[in-house]
Amino acid sequence: MARPADRSQRLRWVGFGLLLVAGIVAPFVAYPTFLMKLLCFALFACAFNLLLGFTGLLSFGHAAFFGGAGYVCGYVVKHWGVTPELGVLAGTAVAALLGFAFGALAIRRSGIYFAMITLALAQMVYFLALQLPFTGGEDGLQGVPRGHLFGLIDLSDNLAMYYFVFALFVAGFALILRTIHSPFGQVLKAIRENEPRTLSLGYDVDRYKLLAFVISAGLAGMAGATKTLVFQLASLTDVHWHTSGEVVLMTLLGGLGTAMGPVVGAGIIVTLQNELADKVGSWVSVIMGIIFIVCVLAFRRGIVGEIRALAKRLGIS
Amino acid sequence: MEIFGVSLQGLAGQLLIGLINGSFYAVLSLGLAVIFGQLNIINFAHGALYMMGAFLAWIGLTHFGINYWAALLLVPLLIGLLGIVIERALLRWLYQLDHLYGLLLTFGLALIIEGLFRYYFGISGESYEAPEALRGGVDLGFMFLPLYRGWVVVASLVVCLATWFIIERTKLGAYLRAGTENPKLVQALGINVPLMITLTYGFGVALAGFAGVLAAPILQVNPLMGSNLIIVVFAVVVIGGMGSILGSIVTGLGLGLVEALTRVVYPEASAVVIFVIMVIVLLVRPAGLFGREN
Amino acid sequence: MKQRLIALSVAASLGALPAAPALAQARVSDGVVRIGVLTDLSGTYSDLSGQGSVVATKMAVEDFIAADKPAFKIEVLSADHQNKGDIASNKAREWFEKDGVDMVTDLVTTSTALAVMKIAKEKNRIAIVNGAASTRITNEDCNDVSVHYTYDTYALANGTGRAVVKQGGKSWFFITADYAFGHSLEKDTSDVVKAAGGSVLGSVRHPFPGNDFSSFLLNAQSSGAQVIGLANAGNDTINSIKQAAEFGITPKQTLAGLLMFITDIHSLGLKTAQNMYLTEGFYWDLNEQTRAWSKRFFDRHKRMPTMVQAGQYSSTMHYLKAVKATGSDDTAVVMARMKKTPINDFFATKGQIRDDGRMVHDMYLLQVKKPAESKYPWDYYNVRATIPGNEAFQPLSASRCPLIRK
Repeated sequence: MARPADRSQRLRWVGFGLLLVAGIVAPFVAYPTFLMKLLCFALFACAFNLLLGFTGLLSFGHAAFFGGAGYVCGYVVKHWGVTPELGVLAGTAVAALLGFAFGALAIRRSGIYFAMITLALAQMVYFLALQLPFTGGEDGLQGVPRGHLFGLIDLSDNLAMYYFVFALFVAGFALILRTIHSPFGQVLKAIRENEPRTLSLGYDVDRYKLLAFVISAGLAGMAGATKTLVFQLASLTDVHWHTSGEVVLMTLLGGLGTAMGPVVGAGIIVTLQNELADKVGSWVSVIMGIIFIVCVLAFRRGIVGEIRALAKRLGIS
Repeated sequence: MEIFGVSLQGLAGQLLIGLINGSFYAVLSLGLAVIFGQLNIINFAHGALYMMGAFLAWIGLTHFGINYWAALLLVPLLIGLLGIVIERALLRWLYQLDHLYGLLLTFGLALIIEGLFRYYFGISGESYEAPEALRGGVDLGFMFLPLYRGWVVVASLVVCLATWFIIERTKLGAYLRAGTENPKLVQALGINVPLMITLTYGFGVALAGFAGVLAAPILQVNPLMGSNLIIVVFAVVVIGGMGSILGSIVTGLGLGLVEALTRVVYPEASAVVIFVIMVIVLLVRPAGLFGREN
Repeated sequence: MKQRLIALSVAASLGALPAAPALAQARVSDGVVRIGVLTDLSGTYSDLSGQGSVVATKMAVEDFIAADKPAFKIEVLSADHQNKGDIASNKAREWFEKDGVDMVTDLVTTSTALAVMKIAKEKNRIAIVNGAASTRITNEDCNDVSVHYTYDTYALANGTGRAVVKQGGKSWFFITADYAFGHSLEKDTSDVVKAAGGSVLGSVRHPFPGNDFSSFLLNAQSSGAQVIGLANAGNDTINSIKQAAEFGITPKQTLAGLLMFITDIHSLGLKTAQNMYLTEGFYWDLNEQTRAWSKRFFDRHKRMPTMVQAGQYSSTMHYLKAVKATGSDDTAVVMARMKKTPINDFFATKGQIRDDGRMVHDMYLLQVKKPAESKYPWDYYNVRATIPGNEAFQPLSASRCPLIRK
């Protein structure tokens, strides 16, 4: 019994090691700006997965954290002249605070109500982003400098920027892994499987949910803040509810409740959008819709989930 | 006499407009409530089907010479049929699962429908003329009321109340409600529950199609008209609590009025006010105004 | 990369020397001039720019090759920026870094234009903005590699505001989209109205995007203003106009669209839009020259050109001619030439690109015809006035562009 588990553990670490290497080599093979965008969305999807995949809460308002943090980061970097890492930190902190407020309101209901409440709250953030003077409304917050990391390393160099983004991604990803394998993560999974029973075991379910929400929101904010630095602007797109829908799709496609799933899902969706947008125009949204429906009807475990199930059946792990 | 710096006449005009907008909210949130009651699904495709209703009316008029009155009958029927197909082909596989999958599936549907209409009809939209009999308007003294707007209020109220009557006061409605509470028992009584569910979904989306036809002469018919509206209607639904049919009608109309008042006092906030109310309601009554705690 | 470096150093060493066309081939980097049309192919503004802009650009390239027989090759790339700043900036970066694009053009929304201009500056390539409207492009955010070619909000506000007051529309009320763009359009116009001796009775801000404008229209109605200025765009403007007709507000009060295109009039229909005032930088039915070009465009695109699409042709031609004349695709060299040469074609007479990047040319005050006056398809406007370029656009003395030394 212990040996297969060991082996699966080892396999997992080998897998992560390979990915780490791949991430380090990637910018020499592929176009760095594209990779950075991909990493930002991958982190966003992982953060979202912590909530949906591991706690069973569907938030339809995660764009508020992603985009909101982008604005905060862009603003402090551009107007206060702080260094980029502090900008990301500020964005993350604000997103976590916002997550606390949203979470406190939303966890009073569950299931569909929870989804709709988060959606409506995120819509308020959207209106704020549209109207507050500092966001630049429709024009977006433009011309955010990438600046110098720790005041030393010039990030306007794409390669330096890439490794900064990659490091942030690895940190965020590690935090998520740590969370889901901790006792705290076990309680979250218990809530997902059976909330009343978890409650009856004496766990303060609401506090666990709220904390999960805050962590998820904070990390989504970190992804959004990073994206602002990469593209040097924060825009309404990132706070729009379509972005909230997109991150659900990425997570679902990759595999709910798997560590690597959201990364795979984000990779596929971002690539599709990049490759298809010019060729097929509004068919992109039709294709996304079809993927959504296929995932929901026939493919609920997602890509990584299916692979894992297949591996299990073949007795690999 | 003045209130909030606006003459009483002006205020009356604004409230009337609020009522008109509220009628749309009411018909749409009613459709959502009916579907939710039976299927436990939040129909994200509702906005897309509303848009489709408006487009079908326009296509009917420009390509097949089907006039407004016929469209008002035919279009909801067509959308209802489409709804039945959607339910039979897609939704029914999800009833054993978490309700969230229904939300996600209908979200995907909305993307597909909107994408297709964008592809075939472009984005700037089409104009639909109001029917001959409803052009022009009457001077109410405090405002000029276009006849068509008056018709919108009357038509939606009639449809809403008829729906309420059927569900709350007839035998068919009793089966429906019983089917929600205990489907097994109702099935045992010899009633075809799956068929009932299918028809309910068809009816719910037919209401969306109906609202679409009603909106066509007022708004530019364009592929995104539904996605802009649906989020507001969701908020209406959260505020109302989906507890009762009557609740969704009252909330819809009421929020239309609140929005109108906001436009008088502080127009910049009129898009957010519904969401602010939503937050307040959630703090005070998490289940919504008419909802039951589960 | 290497080729580009050589090209740069050659260009730099030649500096201000008048270019010798004989050397052309050597100095256009890798022998190809690449033009990237970054536009809205699927969204709200795809009718006024979109595929039509791509067609106009290709027409310019074909005409240029046929007439000037250049020694270099020309490639046209196109992509959809979906009106999102991040997508535009992503694509522009990719074009500059990977594909060797020399000039990016169209750029339909302010967010995409500003984002791409910044990257063009960083990568030292050219951005020619045709679609976007904001005056920020040649003021706070101006730079020396960008041109704002077709129009801007100042010219529209100025043209419509001043002319309407002159025609007797003294009192105004604004219905304004509640975001940065709407605010600036309202402010620009009310300044002009007041300066011309008119008065502003009030304004109301509507959420963006809006759906129902009836309550805002009621405010405008009860204000008793002669003119209702619509400081919004796209669908919001169209719905405002439709509903104004529905509530019997027009024709008692006149509407003035502050940002409208011929495609909007086309989609509204003359019955609803009649009598409205608007300003455009181009109308296909102005004279023989505009008709001839527009007919060719119509044959290919099945729609008459908007000012953006016409500007797209004109600016591409101007750019290519500058490349040919200098024999170089180096940004500084081409920009200098483009600014030095006046533009005389069907689109502009004595057009001139200023140091802030603003292309100054005549604008036209137009009034939408009544249905009975329209004799043939796309016969939509009566030209009420030609506004000379130096009056239409913001004077340099008022510029907030850091490049302008005062």
